[in-house]
Amino acid sequence: MIALATLLILPIFGALAVVAVPGQAARVAAAVAVLSGGALAVLIMAVAKGGSVQILPGGWGAPLGIALEADGLAVAFMAMTVAVTAAAIALAARTPAIGTPFWALVMLTWSALNVIYVSRDLFNMYVGLELLTLAAVALVATGGTSALAPALRYLFFALTGSLLYLAGVALIYAAHGVLDMAHLAEAPLQATDGVALALMTAGLLVKTAVFPFHAWLPPAHAAAPPPASALLSALVPKASFVILMRLWFDAVPDAATRSLLLTLAILGALAVAHGGVLALRQDRLKQIVAYSTVAQIGYLMLVFPLAGGGGAAQPWAAGAWSGAIFHALAHGLAKAAMFLCAGIWIMAAGSDRLDDLRGLARALPMTAMAFGVAAVTLMGLPPSGGFTAKYLMMTSAFASGQVVLAIVLLAGGLLAAGYLYRPMEALFARVVPDHRPVSRLLQAVPLLLALLAFAMGLFSDAVYAFLQTGRPGAAEGGL
Amino acid sequence: MAVFDLLLCALILLVAVAAIVGKGLFRAVVFFVIYGVLLSLAWVRLDAPDVALAEVAIGAGLTGVLLLGAVGRLARSDADEPAEPIDWPVAVAASVVAALLVGAAIKITPGTGLEPEVRAVLTRTGVENPVTAILMNLRAWDTLLESMVLITAVIGLWPLAQGGDWMEPAGPAHHAQPGGVLSGFGRLLPPVALLVGVYLLWAGASQPGGAFQGGTVLAAAGVLCVMAGVVRAPGMAAPAWRLALVAGPAVFAAFGVAGLAWGGFLTFPEAWAKGAILTIEMALTLSIAVVLALLVLGPPQAGEAR
Repeated sequence: MIALATLLILPIFGALAVVAVPGQAARVAAAVAVLSGGALAVLIMAVAKGGSVQILPGGWGAPLGIALEADGLAVAFMAMTVAVTAAAIALAARTPAIGTPFWALVMLTWSALNVIYVSRDLFNMYVGLELLTLAAVALVATGGTSALAPALRYLFFALTGSLLYLAGVALIYAAHGVLDMAHLAEAPLQATDGVALALMTAGLLVKTAVFPFHAWLPPAHAAAPPPASALLSALVPKASFVILMRLWFDAVPDAATRSLLLTLAILGALAVAHGGVLALRQDRLKQIVAYSTVAQIGYLMLVFPLAGGGGAAQPWAAGAWSGAIFHALAHGLAKAAMFLCAGIWIMAAGSDRLDDLRGLARALPMTAMAFGVAAVTLMGLPPSGGFTAKYLMMTSAFASGQVVLAIVLLAGGLLAAGYLYRPMEALFARVVPDHRPVSRLLQAVPLLLALLAFAMGLFSDAVYAFLQTGRPGAAEGGL
Repeated sequence: MAVFDLLLCALILLVAVAAIVGKGLFRAVVFFVIYGVLLSLAWVRLDAPDVALAEVAIGAGLTGVLLLGAVGRLARSDADEPAEPIDWPVAVAASVVAALLVGAAIKITPGTGLEPEVRAVLTRTGVENPVTAILMNLRAWDTLLESMVLITAVIGLWPLAQGGDWMEPAGPAHHAQPGGVLSGFGRLLPPVALLVGVYLLWAGASQPGGAFQGGTVLAAAGVLCVMAGVVRAPGMAAPAWRLALVAGPAVFAAFGVAGLAWGGFLTFPEAWAKGAILTIEMALTLSIAVVLALLVLGPPQAGEAR
C-alpha cells in the first residue's frame, strides 16, 4: 500500500519541487524516476503475490470516499509509464531549449496518468482527465510559436471531451447516487443511463483520438518537442482508453448492446484504415509516427465486440481483453522509442524530413536498430509484444466468428509495414550522411524501450498471467 | 417564487443566446459575465450557496476578467469585425447534446444522493459545513488534484512568456495616475478585501465559503494593488512567490503522506481533523490567490508598457 501511495504522490511532489527550484528541474525529474522505479518494483511483487492492492484515501471507502485499486492492468500501465517517462526525461536532459515548464508538465502528466490508472471513481477519473488534458496541451505548447495553434486545437477538442464525460457522470450520480464503479455495477440500470453512457463514451473517444475525433492528434503530436511527443503519443490517449475499458467491462458490463460494441469496432477499423493511409502520405518522420498512433489506437477499439457485452462470459473474452492491453502496452513502448529516435535524429541532422534522414543508420546504428525493433512490434511480427497482442485478438476473432475483425488486424499490419518502410528505406540508404555526433548512451535510450516492447512478446506468459490479477469477470484460462 | 424561477430560466437562456450570436467579442464577454451572475442566482434558488459563491467569483468574475484581458490583447476594434457565421455542424451537435440532457433531466427522479450518509459522518470530519467536509476530507484526493490543476494552468501559461522563461514580473507594466480613481481604490479596497477573503476562508468550516472563494477575493485585491501601482507584480524569479504558488498543494500532499503514519493515505485523525483542514485551507488560499492573480496578470511582457 505504501508503494502505491509513493507512486501516486512522487510525481506530485516532483512537479511542486520543479516550480519551487527551477534550477534543479532535471535532477528532480531524475530522482522521481529512480524512486518511482523502486516503488514500482515493490508494487509489482506485492500484486503478483497477493493480488490487487487497494487504497481508500481518508479511510472512508466507497461510496462516501474514493476507492483506488492497483490491479494487474493498472500496475502494467504504471510500469509502461515509468519506462516511457524515464526515457523521455533522459533524452530531454540532453535536448537544447527544454525549459522549466517542460519538466513540471512531465511530472504533472505522470501524476494524472497514475491517478487515472488506479481510480475506481467516475468523478475522480474526471479530475485526473482534467489534470492530464491541461498538462498535455501545455506540453504541446512548449514546442514554440508554431505549436500554439495545434495546442489550442487540442485544447478545444479535449475540453469538449471533458464536458461530455462530466455531463454523463452528473447524470449517473443523479440517477444512482454513487460514483464508485463497484457500487454502480451492482445497481440496476436506470432510464437515463443510456444517455449518460453515450455522453461519457463520446467524450472518452474524443480524448482517445478515435476516428472521427482524431483530427487534433497528428498536428499536436508532431508539433511538440520529441520527448513530449513520446509521452503524448504513447501514454496520454491510453488513459482515456483505460477509463473506457473500466466503464464498459467493470462498471456497466450489462448495459453494452451488440450494436454499440460493433459501432466502437467500426470506428476502430476506420481509424486503422484512415490513419494508415495518411501515414503513408507524410514526408516528415514525426508526422508519420503521429498518424500511426491514430491507426494503432483503432485496434484497441476492436476489444469491445470481442470481449464485451454478452461475450464477456465466453471463453475467448479473456484472450481478447488481454490482447488489447498487450497492444496498448507494446504500442506505448514502441511508439515512445520511435519519437525518441526522431528526437535524436533531429539533434543529429537538424530536421525530421525523410530526405534529411538518408543514410543515418550508418552514423547512428543503435537508433536505427531501435526504430527497426519498434517497427517490428507495430507491424505485429513475431516474437514481439505487438505480435502477442494481435495473436490473442485474432484467435478471439476467429473463435467468436467475427472474422472481419481479424481481417482488420491483418490489413492494419500490412499498412504499418508500408508506412514504416519509407523511413527505414531512408535510414538505410547508401549515402554518407552529414550529421552532428550523438553520444552512445543517449542512443541506447530508445533502444531499451524498443527492446522492452519486444521482450513483452518473449515473456508473454508472465505478462499475461500478471494482467489477469483483478480482471473483470475473471474467467481463468481463456485461449 | 415559481414565477421568479421561470423568469430566471428564460433570462439565462436569453443571455446565453445573446453571448453566442451577434458580432463583437467585447459584447459577447459582457453577456457571458451577466450569464454567470444569473447562473449563480439559479444556484442560490437550488439551495447551493457554496456553488453560487464559486460561480459568481470564478465563473463570472475571474473568467470575465480573463476574457476581457484576452479581448484587449487581441486589440481588434469591434466596429470593423464581421459577425461570425454560425458553425452549423457544431450548432447541430450542441443542440442534440442539449436535447439529450433536457430529456434525461426530465426523466430523473430526484434522489437524495449521498447526503444522508454525509450528514451521518459529519461529526467525524472535523468541520460542520458538509460541502467543506466532502472537499477537504471525504474526497480530499479530488481536491488535492484540483489544486494541482490550478498550478498546471500557471505552468501552461509559462511557455507563452517572452523568451520562454518566465522570470520577470507578471503582466504588462502598470502606471496608474497618482491621485487618480484607480490609485485611490488601489489603496482603499485591498484592506477590506483582505478581511473578506480571510473571513470566507474561516467561515468555510461551518458555512458557505472556503479556500477557493477566499482565494479569489484575495487575488482580486492583489491584482487591484498591482494595477494601481501600489505594489510590483509578482515574478517567478523571486523564490518567495514560487513557494507561495506551491504551498497549498505541498502542504496538502504532506498531510496526505503524514496520514500514512496515522492509519492511511490522506487520513486525518478525528481529534486533529479540524486543525489539519484549516492549515491546509490556509495554505491553499494563499496558493489559489497567487495562481489566480498570475493568471489575470498574464505572462511578463518585458518593456511593453501600455
